[in-house]
Amino acid sequence: MAISVDAPEVSRDMREQAGYTYTFLSDPQAEVIRRYDLIHAGAGEGGRDIARPAEFLVDSSGTVRWVNLTENYWVRARPEQFIEAAKALR
Amino acid sequence: MKTRSFNWPVWAGLLLSVFAFVSYFFVFVRFPVTRDFPWASLLLFGAAAALLLVGLRRAFAPERRLRSKVAGSVAATLGVAIFGLFIFSTFVMARWLPAAQGAPEVGQKAPEFSLTDSDGRPVTLSELRSTPVNGKPPKGVLLVFYRGYW
Repeated sequence: MAISVDAPEVSRDMREQAGYTYTFLSDPQAEVIRRYDLIHAGAGEGGRDIARPAEFLVDSSGTVRWVNLTENYWVRARPEQFIEAAKALR
Repeated sequence: MKTRSFNWPVWAGLLLSVFAFVSYFFVFVRFPVTRDFPWASLLLFGAAAALLLVGLRRAFAPERRLRSKVAGSVAATLGVAIFGLFIFSTFVMARWLPAAQGAPEVGQKAPEFSLTDSDGRPVTLSELRSTPVNGKPPKGVLLVFYRGYW
């Protein structure tokens, strides 16, 4: 499930183009992004606040079980990393 | 006269450094292997540097005219500048990220939220955690925060 400041329409077009099947959520005011302390102030188009890249694996009880906060936005979590973490979930 | 011939290595070197720069953002960035550490781009820059060096040596051969020396120097300088810009954007600028010290840590509860999905429907985290997938309750949810496409 992916979250960004993009409007739902932008996410819809992107999802269709790329063929992604998982959920894309819009946080245009960056409220949830702020609640998770992931604001990258002024980094978006026209100085807009956007999310810094981050991945969280949350178990069915709502507890965070794995976090990846990259230090370089070209370096993102690879599927293997989180699949390994997901295997530990019951 | 052979000595007045077109100094192709210097121009090929400049073109290759432009290609090395552009290809990272349009091609190599799509594959984690060439994106996480840009070794393919660095190899291309290495080849460009070799061509530029060969070209510079040719340009500064005694029998060459001043024009050739100036053109060779300009091309080599541009090549180095493009390389510098590449290193800056991939190794320096890309690290200008906030530390996110207040982000939820392992063992903490993920803050609940309600957001709109790409079809305009409201979705909550607790819904995502409990809605069956392929007839089975989900083991968990992966939250991916990304910069967006604006």
